[in-house]
Amino acid sequence: MFMNTNTRLVSPEFDYLQPKTLAEAFTMLADHGGSAKLLAGGTDLLVQMKMERQQPSHVISLSRVKELAGITEGDVLTIGATTSIRDVSRSGPVIAGYTALQEACNAYSTVSVMLMGTIGGNICNASPAADTAPALLVHDASAVLRSGKATRTVPLRDFFTGPGKTVIQPGEILTAVELPKPAKGTGSAFLKISRVVADISQVCVAVVLVRDGDTITDCRIALGSVGPTPMRMKQAVGALIGKRGTPEAFAAAADIVAKDITPITDVRATEKYRRHVSRIIARDALLTAWQRAAEGAAK
Amino acid sequence: MKKHTVHFTLNGSPREYTVNANELLLNVIREQEKLTGTKYGCGIGECGACTVHVDGKPTLSCLALAVSVDGAEVVTIEGLAKRGELDPLQKSFLDHNAVQCGYCTPGMIMIGRNLLDENPEPTEEEVRTHMRGQLCRCTGYASITKAVMGAGKPAPEFKIPAE
Ligand SMILES: Cc1cc2nc3c(=O)[nH]c(=O)nc-3n(C[C@H](O)[C@H](O)[C@H](O)COP(=O)(O)OP(=O)(O)OC[C@H]3O[C@@H](n4cnc5c(N)ncnc54)[C@H](O)[C@@H]3O)c2cc1C
Repeated sequence: MFMNTNTRLVSPEFDYLQPKTLAEAFTMLADHGGSAKLLAGGTDLLVQMKMERQQPSHVISLSRVKELAGITEGDVLTIGATTSIRDVSRSGPVIAGYTALQEACNAYSTVSVMLMGTIGGNICNASPAADTAPALLVHDASAVLRSGKATRTVPLRDFFTGPGKTVIQPGEILTAVELPKPAKGTGSAFLKISRVVADISQVCVAVVLVRDGDTITDCRIALGSVGPTPMRMKQAVGALIGKRGTPEAFAAAADIVAKDITPITDVRATEKYRRHVSRIIARDALLTAWQRAAEGAAK
Repeated sequence: MKKHTVHFTLNGSPREYTVNANELLLNVIREQEKLTGTKYGCGIGECGACTVHVDGKPTLSCLALAVSVDGAEVVTIEGLAKRGELDPLQKSFLDHNAVQCGYCTPGMIMIGRNLLDENPEPTEEEVRTHMRGQLCRCTGYASITKAVMGAGKPAPEFKIPAE
């Protein structure tokens, strides 16, 4: 993180725009094209601008666009893009039905960053370490992308294309993420390992299990910080669906997870450590989700 | 780069500033207002020394553009005392000797105040969880935690051990 830059100031110069509606925001995006950047909480973008990794000509703040904030329950749970991580973590419907997402928000490094940072910024920044990404993946979320002309809904599993890269096209804004209702008998969990609590993850894992008696009827597993994008674990899931939910089955699935991930060595951890820890936290998350699924309420 | 005129209240008094788009709230507070209680620490959100309240919410002023707080209520450590009376949390920091070099103190108090507003009787774990983003390089966390838990309560007695 630390480079030879002065983090006292934002040195790049830009024009600041503050639309009040989505329609205004689309017009501004169309006028300034590829050199404009959207600003939500700024906890990623302003750091990158201080480091001069981003030097947009225009910064378009989304903070006054009312349509983008808030959580609404309908056929799906719709979380507006600029809803803060803190508000997601305290939302009744999230607490009731989407435990992995709630735990991912609470695992954020600090309270101030939870208050400033948004769920949309977290996934649009597309860091492989984004905490909400594995949770949203296992909750089978979709990203709602709008431009001035059209709306499309992209399953989150097709959303990330590389570190810092997504399918968002110029002119598009993420307006919300949508989470389908959890099936009966669902349990979920999120676990994060970091050097200290106030840091991004060395590895994180999210799990959803659906159980019918002793049988696993559905399962999703996703990890963060173990590859170029948040990763879904299809092989391990394949080994679990239709099986009985036993500690042995979960341990075997966790072995597959540790083989399938593609971690690197960086400042936060070595590749070897990440594989080792992934196996352990994948197993623990599976066991926890399984137990929660038994506790009845769809979680 | 266009200049912007922004209005917000700072510690209760209405203010108007002319700022560049890239000006940080932290620098308006420190350099234009000379309110130097709010500190510059890491500049990237990791230490919490620059924490102020914007519309009641703890905000890292090193990662907030001044233009973006237009219309808001901004409160810094200088704004917590009311009519010459220290905030009970400030008083508790003194009572518990929770200040060593003092650099992290304003940020600690701003986030601690937020915790107490939500939860007036926090447990030690709740204090540590809520304040995990504030770094104290003197590592005075034990006294700081006690100070937050003891806010508004009688001061502890420090006894000098008998020889
Ligand atoms: C000290 C510190 C600690 C952190 N700890 C964590 C952590 O523990 N876990 C974690 O996951 N992250 C962490 N982060 C990273 C960051 O806080 C999160 O990713 C946060 O959720 C980003 O949200 P934001 O609103 O601040 O994004 P911004 O910085 O405003 O935006 C991020 C990117 O997304 C784009 N964008 C934002 N909103 C939209 C939209 N609606 N449509 C299209 N594009 C959009 C922006 O153009 C920008 O490129 C930390 C950051 C800091 C500074």
